Amino acid sequence: MLKFVKNHMESIIGIEIYPIISLLIFFVFFVVLFWWVFTAKKDYITEVSNIPLDNQNQTEL
Amino acid sequence: MEVQQFHYDNKIVKNFLYATMLWGVVGMLVGLLLAFMFLFPNLTDGISWLSFGRLRPLHTNAVIFAFVGNAIFAGVYYSSQRLLKARMFSDVLSKINFWGWQLIIVGAAISLPLGYTTSKEYAELEWPFDIAIALVWVIFGWNLIGTILKRRQRHLYVAIWFYLATFVTVAVLHIFNSLELPVSAMKSYSVYAGVQDALVQWWYGHNAVAFFLTTPFLGLMYYFVPKAANRPVYSYRLSIVHFWSLIFIYIWAGPHHLLYTALPEWAQNLGVAFSIMLLMPSWGGMINGLLTLRGAWDKVRTDPVLKFMVVAITGYGMATFEGPLLSLKNVNAIGHFTDWIIAHVHVGALAWNGFLTFGMIYYLVPKLFKTRLYSIGLANLHFWIGTLGIIIYALPMYVAGFTQASMWKQFNPNGTLTYGNFLETVSEIIPMYWMRAIGGTLFLVGMLILIYNIILTIKNGTKVSDELAEAPALQNVSKKRVSGEGWHTWLERKPIKLTIFATIAILIGGIVQIVPTIMVKSNIPTISSVQPYTPLELEGRDIYIREGCVGCHSQMIRPFRSEVERYGEYSKAGEFVYDHPFLWGSKRTGPDLHRIGGKYSDNWHLNHMYDPQSTSSGSIMPAYQWLVRDELDKSLTEAKMKAMVKLGVPYSEEDITNAQQLMLDQGTQIEKNLYTDPDFAENYEADKKAGGSEFIEMRNREIVALIAYLQRLGTDIKVKDLETTQN
Repeated sequence: MLKFVKNHMESIIGIEIYPIISLLIFFVFFVVLFWWVFTAKKDYITEVSNIPLDNQNQTEL
Repeated sequence: MEVQQFHYDNKIVKNFLYATMLWGVVGMLVGLLLAFMFLFPNLTDGISWLSFGRLRPLHTNAVIFAFVGNAIFAGVYYSSQRLLKARMFSDVLSKINFWGWQLIIVGAAISLPLGYTTSKEYAELEWPFDIAIALVWVIFGWNLIGTILKRRQRHLYVAIWFYLATFVTVAVLHIFNSLELPVSAMKSYSVYAGVQDALVQWWYGHNAVAFFLTTPFLGLMYYFVPKAANRPVYSYRLSIVHFWSLIFIYIWAGPHHLLYTALPEWAQNLGVAFSIMLLMPSWGGMINGLLTLRGAWDKVRTDPVLKFMVVAITGYGMATFEGPLLSLKNVNAIGHFTDWIIAHVHVGALAWNGFLTFGMIYYLVPKLFKTRLYSIGLANLHFWIGTLGIIIYALPMYVAGFTQASMWKQFNPNGTLTYGNFLETVSEIIPMYWMRAIGGTLFLVGMLILIYNIILTIKNGTKVSDELAEAPALQNVSKKRVSGEGWHTWLERKPIKLTIFATIAILIGGIVQIVPTIMVKSNIPTISSVQPYTPLELEGRDIYIREGCVGCHSQMIRPFRSEVERYGEYSKAGEFVYDHPFLWGSKRTGPDLHRIGGKYSDNWHLNHMYDPQSTSSGSIMPAYQWLVRDELDKSLTEAKMKAMVKLGVPYSEEDITNAQQLMLDQGTQIEKNLYTDPDFAENYEADKKAGGSEFIEMRNREIVALIAYLQRLGTDIKVKDLETTQN
């Protein structure tokens, strides 16, 4: 795959850094996402996941 | 804590639901008519505005933006108010959203059959509509964000995140794909050309599926499935991962619609890699939806709402498994351009979007009218007839796709194509088209049962336009901080932060793909022999666009032995540099046309357009007799050429001044060529005598422009003297 990318992109100065940046963006994105998800408090998760069922609306059937 | 009373706006939800049902029937009826046109190609003989090429975009637009679009608004307006414990931000904005959207749909239903189209799939509407769509969409977003800001519920439920991402991304996609230069009130040219136009179009097209047909419906799933099952979503943590990874990855996958085309290979491979990754978040979401029903499966046996939702989520799972599969280059080589894709999109549309919408309607209408559903039995009948319809639609289309692809690629031992005549591969799958039409009919019948059931339910119920609710006001914890801290307090208001992060997540993919293709010149090697179209060819191309030829004919020969043998030298990126818009197409109901130029005589084309079955017995192409009769409108030619110059097409001043003369010369030459057929000469002379002063000479008719364009196609390069200059 890289050979196609290289052919077309040789004209860009400092292109070598691009794959590293891409990998970092990905790595950081998913690490932060999972870190956030796994450290979320149980109370918060329970509370939020019950929002749709929270029927304070008396008039609803 | 002060408890506030307020009213939910149910009227707007009802309006959107009615519109959903109305446009659902219209969109499906048009689809059914199209399905029958495969069997009776001249079903609407001679009526230009009911021809296949013009109705196809009407079908796709009606189903996507009218049926599914109104369902999205209905669901979002209902669930957002309840999830945020607030009435919509502004009734006026709600009304503008509703009526504006319906007006655009009516405009589409009129302008598309009249042939006003940009030809870019799912973005066919001409520029005035593009502006109207952008305005109404902004109104929708304004109303949604306004509601979020005045909410009484501190936390934003995941459904709201999906709605926000939908709003932001559709806005970005719509604006960038619709950049076009107007020529007249209803005609414009895409600012991008060829390969770049293709990339932007499928970045849009793929993400129209992602952010119009998927993310808003996932939001609806996360609200309505827990409601209908009366239990919280299986894993809220999973839904967070689902949301962020889905929107982050989806936006990169567009180029998988252009595999083996003239798109630069690096962009194709990038699209493939991300499409494979997309399986993970998609299935994470599907599993989350299905497992929400854990311990409630007994309800699925009795509750039609849950039945519809289970099939919908299963359909989502199937379509999102198939998507990555079709993105593999070796699988795509088989599936692309065939009816496999038609099966794929209909599993998504009929099962995922259709059935989730039906489930939502059956859930909402009794709630909105304070009554019970008129008949559970009829809803069950709808469920089974609809499910059967999906199966009878999809399975034959898979068979048709595989059969035709195999026939296209079949070689004799001596190296010639076994099915050299394209028509043989079409005749083979006609029985599959019959089954598809039957499946579609069943699905539509189910829809009509729904409407009957809903009308009677509404009759039994009582209307509650403004539903009373109460909730404590949101304590404004950030008040002190606002005075004390300053700049970063805005960041702590979660909806804004969320919207910004979601925007960043979706922009990364778009920027990485599109910017290099537009900026790096060496991505599209220029070919010195490729010249702009002559004025007459340009007019012919516009007729090709108007008639929607691109709906059935590709202009993209992939670099396969079977395609090069059948159609000629494979297509090069540099051949499309003057194509505003690109016309590569996505489906081959008929053969590819990229190298059609010079293959047949001018007479053949004339006879073929007038009566396709006379030149190709058994052809399912409809006749285009009006092209042979009507006068070519040459009044805009100069304006069109000037627009092209602005977009970088090198027409000289002289070309533009002499446009009329050039068209007349080329038309006269074609007329001369036509005279070589004695039959034509005889009939035409007879018509001329009978016609009197009203008579339009052949050189000035539309067909001549179309022939000029078709005879030009693919003739710019001769393989032997192909000269590629890299700049």
